[in-house]
Amino acid sequence: MEKPVLIRLKGISKSFDGETVLDNIDLDIHDEEFITLLGPSGCGKTTTLRIIGGFETPDSGDVFFEGKRINDLPPYRRQVNTVFQRYALFPHLNVFENIAFGLRIKKLSEKEIRTRVKEMLELVNLRGFEKRHVSTLSGGQQQRVAIARALVNNPKVLLLDEPLAALDLKLRKDMQNELKNIQKKTHITFIYVTHDQEEALTMSDTVVVMAEGRIQQIGSPVDIYNEPVNAFSADFIGESNIIDGVMLEDYKAKFSGKVFDCLDFGFEKNEPVDIVIRPEDVDVVPVERGMLVGKVVNVTFKGVHYEVIVDVDDYKWMIQTTDYVAPEATIGIYIEPDAIHVMKKSKYSSLIGDYSSYSEELERLSDVDEIREEPAEERYAE
Amino acid sequence: MGLIFALLYAPILVLVIYSFNESGELGSFSRFSFYWYKQIFRNKRAFESLKNSLFLAVTSSALATVIGTFAALGLDRMRRRHLRNIIMSVTNIPMMNPDIVTGVSMMLFFVATASIIGLGSPLGRITMLIAHTTFNIPYVILSVRPRFLQMDRSLTEAALDLGCTPARAFFKVELPFITPGIVSGLIMGFTLSLDDFVISHFVSSPDFQTLPLYIYNQTAHQVKFSMYALSTLIILSILLLLLIINFAGAFGENNNKNKIRKESRG
Amino acid sequence: MRSNVRYRSLLERAAAAPHMVWSILFIVAPLFFVLYFAITDAEGHITLNNLASLTDYSNIFLLSVSFALIATIICLLIGYPLAYFMSRTGKTTRRVLLLLLMLPMWISLLIRTYSLMALLDNGGLLNSLLVSLGFGRIRIIGTGGAVILGMIYDFLPYMVLPIYTVLTKLDPRYIEAAADLGCNSLQVLGKVIIPLSLPGVISGITMVFVPSISTFYISQKLGGGAFDLIGDTIERQFQHPSTYHTGAAISLVMMILIIISVAIMNRFSDSNSGGFVV
Repeated sequence: MEKPVLIRLKGISKSFDGETVLDNIDLDIHDEEFITLLGPSGCGKTTTLRIIGGFETPDSGDVFFEGKRINDLPPYRRQVNTVFQRYALFPHLNVFENIAFGLRIKKLSEKEIRTRVKEMLELVNLRGFEKRHVSTLSGGQQQRVAIARALVNNPKVLLLDEPLAALDLKLRKDMQNELKNIQKKTHITFIYVTHDQEEALTMSDTVVVMAEGRIQQIGSPVDIYNEPVNAFSADFIGESNIIDGVMLEDYKAKFSGKVFDCLDFGFEKNEPVDIVIRPEDVDVVPVERGMLVGKVVNVTFKGVHYEVIVDVDDYKWMIQTTDYVAPEATIGIYIEPDAIHVMKKSKYSSLIGDYSSYSEELERLSDVDEIREEPAEERYAE
Repeated sequence: MGLIFALLYAPILVLVIYSFNESGELGSFSRFSFYWYKQIFRNKRAFESLKNSLFLAVTSSALATVIGTFAALGLDRMRRRHLRNIIMSVTNIPMMNPDIVTGVSMMLFFVATASIIGLGSPLGRITMLIAHTTFNIPYVILSVRPRFLQMDRSLTEAALDLGCTPARAFFKVELPFITPGIVSGLIMGFTLSLDDFVISHFVSSPDFQTLPLYIYNQTAHQVKFSMYALSTLIILSILLLLLIINFAGAFGENNNKNKIRKESRG
Repeated sequence: MRSNVRYRSLLERAAAAPHMVWSILFIVAPLFFVLYFAITDAEGHITLNNLASLTDYSNIFLLSVSFALIATIICLLIGYPLAYFMSRTGKTTRRVLLLLLMLPMWISLLIRTYSLMALLDNGGLLNSLLVSLGFGRIRIIGTGGAVILGMIYDFLPYMVLPIYTVLTKLDPRYIEAAADLGCNSLQVLGKVIIPLSLPGVISGITMVFVPSISTFYISQKLGGGAFDLIGDTIERQFQHPSTYHTGAAISLVMMILIIISVAIMNRFSDSNSGGFVV
């Protein structure tokens, strides 16, 4: 049962100094949803968030909130609150006054302010911190104050811009759970921006994968992982082997010189495609039973499994297996039909290589994007 | 906003225009001429004070730069925090105190010391040099010290690790880094010294006059048009100096930025 | 502590010594001489007469304080909005405006005061203009207004600059956060921008008030000698050795007054940084 649409973005485009940051974005955000905008730095996710928050106006396209167009509504009139990157807690106010800030603007009674701030401090586990100065708080505590300061206003939507980026790994995991719990308790729509794919998969109801100012894919974490729509999605989320292939006919794909059965259909006859196979879906078998045969190039112990790089006809595959294989050994590879995902060719196909060099192509991609988002970044820097 | 800027510049503009007014009357502009400029160039005392001003600006800023840079280095290496704080507080006194108090205190000091050791009036070239150096030093320290504070300590350590003696490390690594601060301190001292009137007014004597003192004394009782010409010349030279500094500074800064950017990208 | 401190050479240890000696000789010692002269008479006997005689000058103190206060307040009223608008303009405009603001600061205050004279003098441009437009002459030079105007004109950039610096360094995310929490632009100004720019305001006030209260050439040139301010009085006392002692006493009291008021202001800004709620 799907909740009603709360925010609708329609044909949003935005550029800074002639550089396109958002290119015709369409997105529906439902009530009480935890939705994550995921992508490498500079993909336009933060700009999207800022447009929803009212800090940027789109060059073209419309933003609807509960059906009403709100393009020109200033931030202080929107039923939306933001948890800022690096928090932006007011340095001249203590914890209590920071949280009470929005309520004081609304001119609520002192008594109500007191109760609501108290409630919030309980919610974020900061009881007794009222009088503390924000500069004396740890990163995690500042994070909680920032969340409380936004939530106390009972917004319809909470925008979170990489809120956990400044925390260390352990604290980040804890806060992920806590945020998810807060969202469940408060039934507020969360729009979350991150470049951390694991964070996105863990927390979200819906993940929006973005790259180069466009939405690549929208779906549940499971869909996004299992059915990536293109090479970018597949490579950005989790590890994947992406191989050039040809779709001979429905349910028959050809790659690495062999024909495989698969579950995909609806392609043109002999259409060139990208084949995605997740490393954990590949089985290592004796050579004689292998659908493909390759030579082990490298083995790395990862705790739960071994990560094996195998050279098959000059294409380096990554395989995750719990059985040890010896380096230099020749092994067989077996792939179930449901492990093969066929995707249409996209502009990213040629950018993603194999595992001979680790993910350099992705760095190249984000490098291009970093330059792109600099105008927006500069604003912060000043 | 435009109005405020216009008002800020109107008097200066009027002064410049009047300096070309041949009639020498404030009320009317009779004819454009360089009459007053010829006057000022023929005036020996004006030239004398210009020479004094330049001498003082060069020597006092140079001396202050040497003392101030060493002081910044010493402060950077100093272990005792209390001592450092005391030194910084004393350094700040000439900047916080009204100029007139600084001037008066030095005058009293010079006059009283001279009479104790049985000298006549000590005021003149030497006392001016001391006074100008004294008010320049804090500005040098203030522009060099932040460079020391900004510097990445590991750069020096890397130099030591790679075989530099501390002295070599200082000259090869630290000095290049703090040089922009030294240069801006030097320039600031130079212009402060050229500009100063109040402190000089108290520690100088009639036979050692600087340009501001000369202007002040010439206009004690009436407006003199040759002083308009002189002021215009001073304004123009300051503008020229600023332009040069700005271009040089922008160039240096860009260079530095690029360098730092490159370094940080490794 | 910094790790390379261990390798201090003799030079590094002694580097601050010349400055220390210089400071003691030419900063600290002169101030002691002011103190000494203030509490002794011509024969060198300790006396409080100099300080006691300052009551004669109380009117001058009062006049100076009020002139300096008025000038400072007007500078703040003009300077804050100016700094605010400057900080909100685009990058290039801001650069140009900053340069325009700083340029006059490089020109000697004496020359700038002098240029104001050329404009405001009885036979000056402003009056000629008024006459040619059919109005009567107005006497400006020699009025209290001219003195205050001179202070404002000379010291306004010192008010704008520190405020401007604080405002440009202000993280725009604070403004966005306030807007996000429901502040309209006026509330953003009152609740976030002004409280956070208070340090700049304080140093601006200091930088205008201190030279205003101690000036003597502004009142001489623009006040036409009709106004005796503290600065004028001090300057006159030091024309002749016989009145050095009184001059030192006035200087001492002025210095102490300034130190006290600066300390109070800093206190004020400190206590506010803890929790400034309107």
